[in-house]
Amino acid sequence: MDAVTRKQLKIDACKARMGIIEGVANAKSGHPGGSLSCVDIITYLYFNHMNVNPADPKNEDRDRFVLSKGHAAPALYAVLALKGFFPREWIKTLRKSDSNLQGHPSMKYTPGVDMCTGSLGQGISAACGMALGAKLANKNFRVYTVLGDGEIEEGQVWEAAMYASAKGLDNLVAVVDNNNLQIDGTCAEVNSPYPIVEKFKAFNWNVIEIDAHSFDEIDAAFNQAKETKGKPTAIIAKSIKGKGVSYMENQVGWHGSAPNAEQAEQAMTELKAALSELEA
Amino acid sequence: MADVIKTATRDAYGKALVELGGINDKVVVLDADLAAATKTGMFKKAYPDKFIDSGIAESNMMGIAAGLATTGYTVFASTFAMFAAGRAFEQVRNSIGYPHLNVKIGATHAGISVGEDGASHQCCEDIALMRTIPGMTIINPADAVEARAAVLAAAEYEGPVYMRFGRLAVPQIFDEDYKFEWGKAVTLKEGKDVTICATGLLVNEAIEAEKLLAAEGIDAEIINVHTIKPLDAETICASAAKTGCVVTAEEHNIIGGLGGAVCEAICESGTAVPVVRLGVNDVYGKSGPAVELLHIYGLDAAGIVEKAKKAISLKK
Repeated sequence: MDAVTRKQLKIDACKARMGIIEGVANAKSGHPGGSLSCVDIITYLYFNHMNVNPADPKNEDRDRFVLSKGHAAPALYAVLALKGFFPREWIKTLRKSDSNLQGHPSMKYTPGVDMCTGSLGQGISAACGMALGAKLANKNFRVYTVLGDGEIEEGQVWEAAMYASAKGLDNLVAVVDNNNLQIDGTCAEVNSPYPIVEKFKAFNWNVIEIDAHSFDEIDAAFNQAKETKGKPTAIIAKSIKGKGVSYMENQVGWHGSAPNAEQAEQAMTELKAALSELEA
Repeated sequence: MADVIKTATRDAYGKALVELGGINDKVVVLDADLAAATKTGMFKKAYPDKFIDSGIAESNMMGIAAGLATTGYTVFASTFAMFAAGRAFEQVRNSIGYPHLNVKIGATHAGISVGEDGASHQCCEDIALMRTIPGMTIINPADAVEARAAVLAAAEYEGPVYMRFGRLAVPQIFDEDYKFEWGKAVTLKEGKDVTICATGLLVNEAIEAEKLLAAEGIDAEIINVHTIKPLDAETICASAAKTGCVVTAEEHNIIGGLGGAVCEAICESGTAVPVVRLGVNDVYGKSGPAVELLHIYGLDAAGIVEKAKKAISLKK
């Protein structure tokens, strides 16, 4: 990845982080921690990888994105707004009763959202169905899904994992956002999903391990996935929950609570400073 | 009558899928390792490229069906009613119902007429479960002719449909030229003393019960409620107002199925008439030959006659 692209992605991801904070703070509820941990990957997909067009969000040849960890909706909304799928002002309406931005992603309300998700474990199955649809129709579109590391405790994820490799869905990429924290504590403490890499390997997936916040590693992984034939790719992305907001980083308490006005202001100050530095 | 043609609605389902495969290239059929039993195996044989086995993983299959539907396919997803509506309830609710996707759930082996497999496989809760999903259409055909017509109609309809089929061969009631009207209850016989609303294999029993009642001077109106949701409340309530009492008959728990739906409709219509429900009386089934079980649980013409007399006795 060239320096200009890398820098622009960092700028876009920083702006998306500001969108996450703004949305969750205005809603006074939501899931900032897990949104901040996967937003670099979602930014990369929409700005550098997927074939999508905000002016034609239902194009049948587009690449699909399914946020299986639907509680990270603020990250998806922030990126979709930045990409131009809907007005930036919508972010402030997140979770309100007259909003097009539901607490968890809904294809019924929001342009650019490809699947209703939120109930953990279900998004990856829908993503498999989409990938199968591409195969049946001899289309070249690809399907991307992001799962939480806690989410993979759901049995349905492994039904889908078995299915995707059995059917040779090499047009499917599943990312595991491995921030190692879930509501009740660390993943290892609650009900360890580890070893994650070996599990996906045992399910006959192509497995790549990356740093979820390195655009070079993200780029290399998704490009390698595209070259991999005959089997789906799992990208196990080591991430930091709350990444980019100092007081949220690696704090399980920020899984599902919103910053108050003062905390939100501090977060925005930090992110603005980071943005200025990037744009300098 | 030795010349009565008997066919299981699951057989009609399999044949209708094959028929659909020949006229609609968007139809894809999924199954969860039960193709021989659900009869989707017929479609698999005819259109192997459009049949995908999901293996023994019904929850995932419903998600696959949802994702596939978003890419423009009309997806038929099949397994036993117990697993389609029971095990995969939440996937049907969240991944299919909420986005209102074009998935047709072909649920076979519904009710106690599953027979020898016993209670674990005798799903008597599926209608109740599916009724609570907003936007879900529920069709419970009475015979093979109606089952075929319902499958063809479901393929033309945009949105989720739950179709309930049985394992047991049941008498053919309708002629081959029978016209299936989406969401419209069918009055099979007009009467003035009691309205009998039946669905699925109880429709034939209601027809038999009508003859028994007539022999005792009771003039029953018979309504075939093939579409349980949306319910044709207009036809049912008008009949109830005319006859003054109603019996519902279904191979399902008396809670939450046709009986519940009819009670709700009648209560809110302002037609204050008694409704007596015939169904599986809030108990689990058990192993045994299907026909014997239907008699044991009172799901037969004699059971309907008894309930009809009770309903008439409750009239003010």
